[in-house]
Amino acid sequence: MSILQVKGVHKNFAGLRALNDVNLTVEEGSVHAIIGPNGAGKSTLLNCFVGRLEPDTGSVDFNGTSLLGLAPHEINQAGVCRVFQTPEIFGDLTLVENVMIPTLATRDGAFKLNGWDRVDHQAEITEKAEHLLEDVNLIDKKDMKADFLSRGDKRRLELAMCLVQDPKLLLLDEPTAGMSRGDTNDTIDLLKRIGERGITKIVIEHDMHVVFSLAHRISVMAQGTIIAEGAPEEIKGDQRVRDAYLGGAHL
Amino acid sequence: MDAILLQILNGLDKGGAYALIALGLTLIFGTLGVVNFAHGALFMLGAFCAVSLQQLLTLSKRIKDESVTFFDAYKEVPYLKIWFGDFGDTIIDYSVPLAIILAIPVMLLIGLAMERGLIRFFYKRSHAEQILVTFGLAIVLQEIIKAIFGANPIPQPPPDVVAGSADIGLLFGLGQGVVYPWWRLVYLAFSLVVIGLVFAFLQFTTFGMVVRAGMQDRETVGLLGINIERRFTIVFGIAAVVAGLAGVMYTPILPPDYHMGMDFLVLSFVVVVVGGMGSLPGAVTAGFLLGILQSFASMTEVKAIIPGIDQIIIYLVAVVILLVRPRGLLGRKGVMES
Amino acid sequence: MQSQNARQDIILSALFSVAVLTMPIWLQPIGAAYPDLMQKFAIFGLFAIGFNILFGFTGYLSFGHAAFLGVGSYTAVWSFKLLTMNVIPAVIFGTLMAGIFAALIGFISLRRSGIYFSILTLAFAQMSYNLAYSVLTPITNGETGLQLRQQDPRVIDQALGVVPEAGLPVTNLFGFEMQGYTGFYFCAILLIIGFIIALRIARSPFGMMLSAIKSNQNRLNYIGVNTRPYTLAAFVISGMYAGLAGSLMAVTDPLAGAERMQWTASGEVVLMTILGGAGTLLGPVLGAAIIKYFENIFSSFHEAALLSAFDFLPDWLAEPVASVLGLFVGEGWHLTLGAVFMLIVIFMPGGVIEGLNKLVSLVRRRPDDTAPAAVQQPHSAE
Repeated sequence: MSILQVKGVHKNFAGLRALNDVNLTVEEGSVHAIIGPNGAGKSTLLNCFVGRLEPDTGSVDFNGTSLLGLAPHEINQAGVCRVFQTPEIFGDLTLVENVMIPTLATRDGAFKLNGWDRVDHQAEITEKAEHLLEDVNLIDKKDMKADFLSRGDKRRLELAMCLVQDPKLLLLDEPTAGMSRGDTNDTIDLLKRIGERGITKIVIEHDMHVVFSLAHRISVMAQGTIIAEGAPEEIKGDQRVRDAYLGGAHL
Repeated sequence: MDAILLQILNGLDKGGAYALIALGLTLIFGTLGVVNFAHGALFMLGAFCAVSLQQLLTLSKRIKDESVTFFDAYKEVPYLKIWFGDFGDTIIDYSVPLAIILAIPVMLLIGLAMERGLIRFFYKRSHAEQILVTFGLAIVLQEIIKAIFGANPIPQPPPDVVAGSADIGLLFGLGQGVVYPWWRLVYLAFSLVVIGLVFAFLQFTTFGMVVRAGMQDRETVGLLGINIERRFTIVFGIAAVVAGLAGVMYTPILPPDYHMGMDFLVLSFVVVVVGGMGSLPGAVTAGFLLGILQSFASMTEVKAIIPGIDQIIIYLVAVVILLVRPRGLLGRKGVMES
Repeated sequence: MQSQNARQDIILSALFSVAVLTMPIWLQPIGAAYPDLMQKFAIFGLFAIGFNILFGFTGYLSFGHAAFLGVGSYTAVWSFKLLTMNVIPAVIFGTLMAGIFAALIGFISLRRSGIYFSILTLAFAQMSYNLAYSVLTPITNGETGLQLRQQDPRVIDQALGVVPEAGLPVTNLFGFEMQGYTGFYFCAILLIIGFIIALRIARSPFGMMLSAIKSNQNRLNYIGVNTRPYTLAAFVISGMYAGLAGSLMAVTDPLAGAERMQWTASGEVVLMTILGGAGTLLGPVLGAAIIKYFENIFSSFHEAALLSAFDFLPDWLAEPVASVLGLFVGEGWHLTLGAVFMLIVIFMPGGVIEGLNKLVSLVRRRPDDTAPAAVQQPHSAE
C-alpha cells in the first residue's frame, strides 16, 4: 500500500523550473531514497511535502488525504516529520528538553494552554525522551545545552526529536552529510534499527554507501524531474542514470 | 483646490524632515544592520547646534541705554553688533543657516564617535539589544541637552528675508490669498537638495557604489577584500550629518526642545517600515507621502468625519502596510520580511 | 528527583512570600520601609513579571506594554466611579480589559516577529497614547487625567447604602481602606500570586513551548506546534499582568493619566526586566525594586544636599563634583536611568541574576574542581 502519492508536481521560482512534473509513489514501510546532482530539486520536493512550499500544480497525498494548503504543524500532526539539511534544534535548551518538546507536541496537539501543569511531574514524557536519547547515544549529554553539540551529534539529536513522535513518514535530508565515516556507519545502523519499527522513510543522500545499504527503492532526480526509479540493483545498472548523474562512474 | 495645495505643501515640509531622518535610519540599517533608536536624538542634536550658535552669536554686553535720559537704563547689546555694527546684526539674523556650517563637522564627529565608541560593538548582537542600547543612548543624549538648555522650547527665528509668507496662490496661478511661510518652502528645497546630494554621492562615487553593493549583499562585498567596516563608519557619520542638518533647518518651524528627537524617531521608524527596510528611495517616498497624509488628516473636514484620525493616521498606515505588504512600498522581495 | 524540583519551587515560593511580606522589617535599614515605596515595588514587580513572560520566556520585545498599564488604570478608575469603591471589581475589570486590548493588539502584532513586532507594538502604544489625549477625552479626561468626584454614581455602593462622606471617597477592600500598610499588603499578596503563576508557567509544558519559540520558532512548526496561539497567549497573559499593575496604581492612588501609556514608560519596564535578568523568575521583581528604590533616592536628592555631602572636600573641588553629580540626581534621574540602561545592555546583558549566578558558581568551583552539570564546559563528540 502506498503512503505518499505525488502526482504531476510543478514548481517555478521566478521563471526557473525547480520541479517539473514530478510523480512519486512511496510504499508504506519502505525506505525510499531520492538521489541526484545538486540543484536537481530534491530539497525543493521535500519542502513541498512539509508545507514550506506550495506546488504550483499537482497533488501531494499522504495516507489518502491531500497535504496541499496545510500549515507545517498540521502536516506534522498528520504524521510527517522532517530532519533538515542543516540541523534545526533548540540550541538554548538541554538535549532532554529538545526531545521532550516534540513528545509534548504529539501528545497535546498543536496547541494546549497547560500553563499550570508541571512538566517534571509527567514522568512518561521525560522517560520517553531519555529513552530516545539512549537510542541515539546521547544520553550522557542529556543536560547539556544543544548548542554545544558537534554537528554530527546535532543531527542525531534532530533524528531523535523526529523519532520520538513515532511518525508515519520520516523525511531525512542528507542525514549523514558532514559526518565522519564512523558516525555515518553509526547512523546507518540506527536508521536500520528504526526501520524495524516500520516507519516509512524518504532519504535524500549523496553518499551512495548510505543509499545502497538502506534503500528499498531509489528515485533519481535531475533538472527538476524524476528520470529513473527502481530497486537499487536496477538503478545501479541503469545507463541513463549513469549518464545523467553518475557520469559513468563505477558503482 | 487652494486648500488641497496648501495641505500638500504643509505635508511636504514635515515630510522632508521625516524623509531626511528615515534616509539615515535606513542607510544605517541597510549597511550596518543596526536598528538605531538614537537617530531621533541626532536630529535633536542638530537642532541644538542651531540653538548653540544663536546663543553664541548673541552673547551680549550690558551697556547703558543712552536713549533713556531720565534714569539709568541698561540694555544688552551683542558683541557682534558692537564690533561690526550692522554687519553683526546680519550675522545674527542668519544664525540658523550659518548653523549648517557648524553642524556638519559637529554632527560628523558625533556620528563617528557614536559608531566607534558604541555601535560597532553591537553589529553581532541581537536587534533587541541594539534597540535597547541605542534607546538608552537616546535618553542619555536628550537628558544632557535638557540639563544644559533647560526643558522649554527655544524659538529660533528664520532670517528676515524669509520670515514672512509667500503668496503662493499667485505663484501657482490660483488667485490671491493663499499664503505659505517662506521658511517652509526653504526647508522643502533644502531637504530636496540634501536628499539629492546623498543619492548623487551613492550613485556616482566609488565609495557610494561599494556602500550600495554592501546594502545588497554584505557578505559578498566583504569577500572582495574591501574593508567594508571602515566605510560603514563613514556611512554612520553621513547619516548623522543628514539627521543633524534636518534638525538645524527645522528649528524655525518647531522651536526645539530636548524630547523632539523621540517624537520624530517613532514617526521616522514608521516611515522606514512603510517605505521598505533598506530601501533608500522607499524612505524618501514614504517620508513625503506620510507627511502629506498626516496634513490631510488634520484638515477640519476630515477630522469631522473620523475624529482623531490626525493623531493615528501614520501608525494606522504602518500597521496596514506591515500586515499586507511587509516588505514595504519599495522594499525588495525577501528582504527582512519576517 | 522530580518531586525534588517541585519541592524546591515550593521553598522558593515560600521564601519569596516571606521576603515580600516582611519588607516593612528588612527594608528599614535602607530607609525604604514605607508603604508608598513598597507598593511601587510590588506594582512594578508585577508589571515586570508579566513583561518577562513575553520578552524573557518567549523572546518577543514589546515596546508598547505601557498601553496595557494605562488601560488597566483607566478601567479601574471607571470601576470606582461607576460601580463601587471596593477594589476587587476594579482589579478584575482592569486586568480583563487589558487582556482584551492585548488580545486585539497581539493578534495583529504577532503576525510579525523581530524588530517589526517591536515597531508594531510601539505604533499601537503611540496610537493609544495619542487617542487618549485627543478623541478619547470623554473617557480619559485628557491631560488632566481621570479623577474621582464626589458626585460619581457608584451604583453598587449606592445600592448597598454606603453613605457618602464629605470629601472624596477612599478605595477599600470590604471596608478596609486601601491606605498605608493595608494598601501595601494588598499589592504584596497579588505580587506573590503573580509570582507563583509565573513560576508555574515556567515549569509547565506551555512554558517549555514558549522557551522553544524563543530558541527556534521555525523548528517548532515542523514538529507539529502551532506557535501563533502560544505567542498570543503569552502576549495576553503579560498584557493582563500589566493591566493588573495599572489597576493597582489606581487602587493606591485613584487617578489615571495618559502619560502612563507613553513609550518611555514601556522602555522602563524593559529596563527593569533586563536589569534583573530577562528570562529569570526573580530577576524582573528585583529589577523593578532596584529601579524604583534608586528613583526614589535619586529624585529626592538635589545639589545643595550633594554639596553638604561633599563637605569634606576643599571648596574648589566640592563644587564641580557636586554639580557634575547633580546632573544625575533630582530632575536628572532619567539621565541615570539611560546610562544604567546602556551599561546593563553593554556589560551585563544577563542582568543581576546572571551576575549573581556567575559569582556563586565561581565561589563554588574554588573548593573542588568538579563543575556541576549546568556549567559543564562544551565539548565535542569523539
